[in-house]
Amino acid sequence: MDLSTLTYIVVGATFLLYIGIAIWARAGSTGEFYVAGKGVHPVANGMATAADWMSAASFISMAGLIAFNGYGASVFLMGWTGGYVLLALLLAPYLRKFGKFTVPEFIGERFYSQTARAVAVICLILASVTYVIGQMKGIGVAFSRFLETSYETGLVAGMGIVFVYAVLGGMKGITYTQIAQYVVLICAYTIPAIFISLNLTGNPLPQLGLIGSMADGSGLTMMGKLDQVVTELGFNKYSEQVLGSKLNMFVYTLSLMIGTAGLPHVIIRFFTVPKVKDARSSAGWALVFIAILYTTAPAVGSMARLNLMQTIQTGPVGEATANLEYANAPQWFKNWEKTGLLQYEDKNGDGRIQYYNDKNPEMAAKAESYGWKGSEMVKVDRDIMVLANPEIANLPNWVIAIVVAGGLAAALSTAAGLLLAIASAVSHDIIKGMINPNISEKNELLASRISMAGAIALAGYLGFNPPDFAAGTVAIAFGLAASSIFPALMMGIFNKKVNRTGAIWGMISGIGVTMLYVFQHKGIFFVPGTAFLGDMSPNWFLGISPNAFGAVGALVNFVVAIAVSKMTHEPPEHIQHLVEDIRVPKGAGAATDH
Amino acid sequence: MDTKAAQYWKANIRLVTILLVIWFVVSYGFGIILAEPLNAIRIGGVGLGFWFAQQGSIYVFIVLIFFYAARMNALDREFDVHED
Repeated sequence: MDLSTLTYIVVGATFLLYIGIAIWARAGSTGEFYVAGKGVHPVANGMATAADWMSAASFISMAGLIAFNGYGASVFLMGWTGGYVLLALLLAPYLRKFGKFTVPEFIGERFYSQTARAVAVICLILASVTYVIGQMKGIGVAFSRFLETSYETGLVAGMGIVFVYAVLGGMKGITYTQIAQYVVLICAYTIPAIFISLNLTGNPLPQLGLIGSMADGSGLTMMGKLDQVVTELGFNKYSEQVLGSKLNMFVYTLSLMIGTAGLPHVIIRFFTVPKVKDARSSAGWALVFIAILYTTAPAVGSMARLNLMQTIQTGPVGEATANLEYANAPQWFKNWEKTGLLQYEDKNGDGRIQYYNDKNPEMAAKAESYGWKGSEMVKVDRDIMVLANPEIANLPNWVIAIVVAGGLAAALSTAAGLLLAIASAVSHDIIKGMINPNISEKNELLASRISMAGAIALAGYLGFNPPDFAAGTVAIAFGLAASSIFPALMMGIFNKKVNRTGAIWGMISGIGVTMLYVFQHKGIFFVPGTAFLGDMSPNWFLGISPNAFGAVGALVNFVVAIAVSKMTHEPPEHIQHLVEDIRVPKGAGAATDH
Repeated sequence: MDTKAAQYWKANIRLVTILLVIWFVVSYGFGIILAEPLNAIRIGGVGLGFWFAQQGSIYVFIVLIFFYAARMNALDREFDVHED
């Protein structure tokens, strides 16, 4: 059976499964519409949280970033897992004890201010919409390959699917759908990784293959071989290349960790577990399921890079016949060319492909002597690596079909979770909480659907010109959440003296600093051509990339909030009692409904 | 805040501080700041700093959360602030 038919069947079957589960679970639990986690075992809740949280950025984009940034990409691995420690230790149990439904609601009550709530809603929407842009990029890549069309067409098709999906089953009662999506995406990620690890190193466990030896009889370790292959072509040494600088890596990791603990669609999962106790362990289970993918990703990234390099450079560098002839390029190469995400240009007209680092002066000089006229792989979009990986490694077609289904599962489950967070902020916090408290349930639902549609349209539109690769775009969203929501929540729990004025100015200055920094380098709301400082490292403050700036914003938030609180009145007595109350588990009511 | 509640909160802060120090050391310490010297120690085909950055820190994070959950549940009982 040919690949596209098979892909249609596998993707179609998984979609039917999700929709089926959504309908089944919904019929059984209309009363628990919003209270997704109630009565769900912490392990199951952890699995659903993992699916909710692992997005196109984790699934599609991250291994590609690892493949091309090597050690430097460790920031994503540590950043997107270490945040769960902060979440479990600093936020989850207390927010569960507080027992409300949305993040702005907590901020509004703790800081006894509708203004604080409104500022939190705006921060939440900014972070979530940016995050959805990242998903759209991932969905666009997956669909363009799947339908064998351009990225733009793929993006439009993806927007349509997300719209139908979010409106049909994207509500909170779909924990079980997300469990199914987790199973699909984790199988899709690990099966090809096991095959490839077995091929290259003879070890079926990718985590061990990463540190293992090559199975080709060369006696080299996998990492040693990879370092050798990439440095011979003038690229940075894989196991040692840093992302910008050590300081940038440090701040980047911190930004992602704090952002993880500040993203509303993750936090709300802990509002609704049965007990405070469960909020603690649920974060641990979520991390276990996330770690299965995250500890596999370094193997996927490094092995994909090795396979890619060796497909093109088949023998010793410099030997005329050692470069792949374009006419003999494998099918995957031609397929990805159609999407425009892989581009080849025969600069020296020899009909062969030369792929090397022409920015490296030493290598460029050497290449000159071989008769090479610049690297001929003019575009290799990093986001295609995971999807192309099984094809590059010559794995059977059914594996490729599953990977496409897995990528879509990852993107859809996260997009649905985010859209729900946006919709609940608009309908619950703004319309019901501030504008019209007497709104009927039907109209509240309508408002949330309209805001979902608006968010999809906006994110899709901005997705035509994404500010970065999927994972980079998502990193910016984490920065926005890190600089606004996390500090407000943490101070709300751990510092009784932080008051209304402090919290409001803290959030505004934190997200303000971060946005200013991101926009001046990436364009105002990412619209190309509106950046007033170039997006290049010489223009960066202390060499910190815009994607990593959230940690600085968070620091500004903490400092401003505490300083302003010291200069203004203490919070009223009953608020200080409220804080004391959320610090002890005793007396936590059942998960509240709304 | 009565003394018992204050003691409970103090014990909690102590636990969280210790765990966050470990959290910091394995990721920022071993994985980033000390990565180069640690890479002299090999674990299979990769350096120890690289391994902590891409594998080890994640395993430690999991252990930290479950340890915290277990310790806090015990503290809740000790200070009689547990649910039901």
